[in-house]
Amino acid sequence: MEAILRQFFDVDIMVQAAPLILRGLGMTLLVCAAVVPLGLAGGLVVALAGSARSRGVRFILALLTDVLRAVPPLVLLIFVHAGLPFAGLRLSPFASVCVAFFLNNSAYYGEIYRAGLDSVGAGQREAARSTGLTAWQTMAYVVIPQAVRNVLPDLVSNTVEVVKLTSLASVVALPEMLYSADMARSLTYNSSPIMFAALVYLTLLWPVVRLVSRLEHRVGE
Amino acid sequence: MDKNTLFIDTFFKPELIVRYLPDILKGMVVTTEIAMLVVVTGISLGLVLAFVRSLRLPIVNVAIVVFVDVARALPPLVLVLIVYFGLPNVGILLPSYAVLWLVLSLLLAAFAEEIFWAGILSVRKGQWEAARSTGLTYSQALLHVILPQAVRLTVPPLTNRTIAITKNTALGTVIGVPEILNQATTAESFSFNATPLMMGAIAYLVLFVPVVVAGRYIETRFAWRRV
Repeated sequence: MEAILRQFFDVDIMVQAAPLILRGLGMTLLVCAAVVPLGLAGGLVVALAGSARSRGVRFILALLTDVLRAVPPLVLLIFVHAGLPFAGLRLSPFASVCVAFFLNNSAYYGEIYRAGLDSVGAGQREAARSTGLTAWQTMAYVVIPQAVRNVLPDLVSNTVEVVKLTSLASVVALPEMLYSADMARSLTYNSSPIMFAALVYLTLLWPVVRLVSRLEHRVGE
Repeated sequence: MDKNTLFIDTFFKPELIVRYLPDILKGMVVTTEIAMLVVVTGISLGLVLAFVRSLRLPIVNVAIVVFVDVARALPPLVLVLIVYFGLPNVGILLPSYAVLWLVLSLLLAAFAEEIFWAGILSVRKGQWEAARSTGLTYSQALLHVILPQAVRLTVPPLTNRTIAITKNTALGTVIGVPEILNQATTAESFSFNATPLMMGAIAYLVLFVPVVVAGRYIETRFAWRRV
């Protein structure tokens, strides 16, 4: 029991590592601030292009989405970070993370928006158009607001996944929270720094997870 | 050298494909094995947890909800590192593939429990009563009324979540499980060429595109018909 406490909950080591890990948290939040809006915007484009008239556009989009859903995000990240330099494109860890997760998250957010757009009945569009709104106005003021509300739990839940995903950036040596915690772990031979990082993730995300649970049940009723 | 051969030499160099194909194939076997184990243990454990939760034992239910919430809030890689580096120091030695299997199974179990639980909640008591009062037997009611409704709600999110979590087998590379990504990055550093990475990516496509396509088919197959 004491060994477990010393290995996972050594308060002295946690206090020592805290400044490093909290600086890492800053980087984690910065990555989120870049990656979440990028994914939300990319996803919207994917979803809207999915209803394009051109069959070619729809086909390429479906193919791209399937490929992105089949490749693990870590593989995509390592490909961008370690593979593209051989082709003469060398990106910083931060830029690699943004590019790889933009691609990955656009596919996932896109699927969610798609389901949202499908959930708005055709009658809504027809009614909006017949009151004289243009196609774009119909989308912006009638369809998208209802679509987003219908899939809000999924959007929030996917955003939790995106925040968790940023921990993969540690693999390409971006000094975010997990990277900093793992550095402290390898210096101290003790897992308390990673437990500390885990506690920070819990503090950040547990309330959101609870909220998602609530939203899911409310929509279900 | 023109642009085309440069592209081929960087991402599809034939002699490297030949040299590293056996390694990548070995990686595919490891990935498939771990993924299948995770699916079996994760979903069974999730089903058991959902069943236990339906018994509504107060303290047990709190424990299940806490377990599910924690699993949903923590990044998988954090859990992998805690288990892989922490347990040996308290005297529990697990090989790296067992660590990966254990962590991913627990994660899938948590998400699966939540999904099964939602399925159980979704079918109201009135459905049972109505079905029975039209003269259906217990098993007919279960088969034709209750299960179709519960399954509709359960199968699509469960497939999606299962795909997402089995893809996390790639995290094994961080702790040295010889799965696809690990084989690919090792080969890349030996050959100083991006071809093995491309082969790794293609290996994932070969394994997971059929699953994604099947998942989408299941999703449309089980979706409520829109009015």
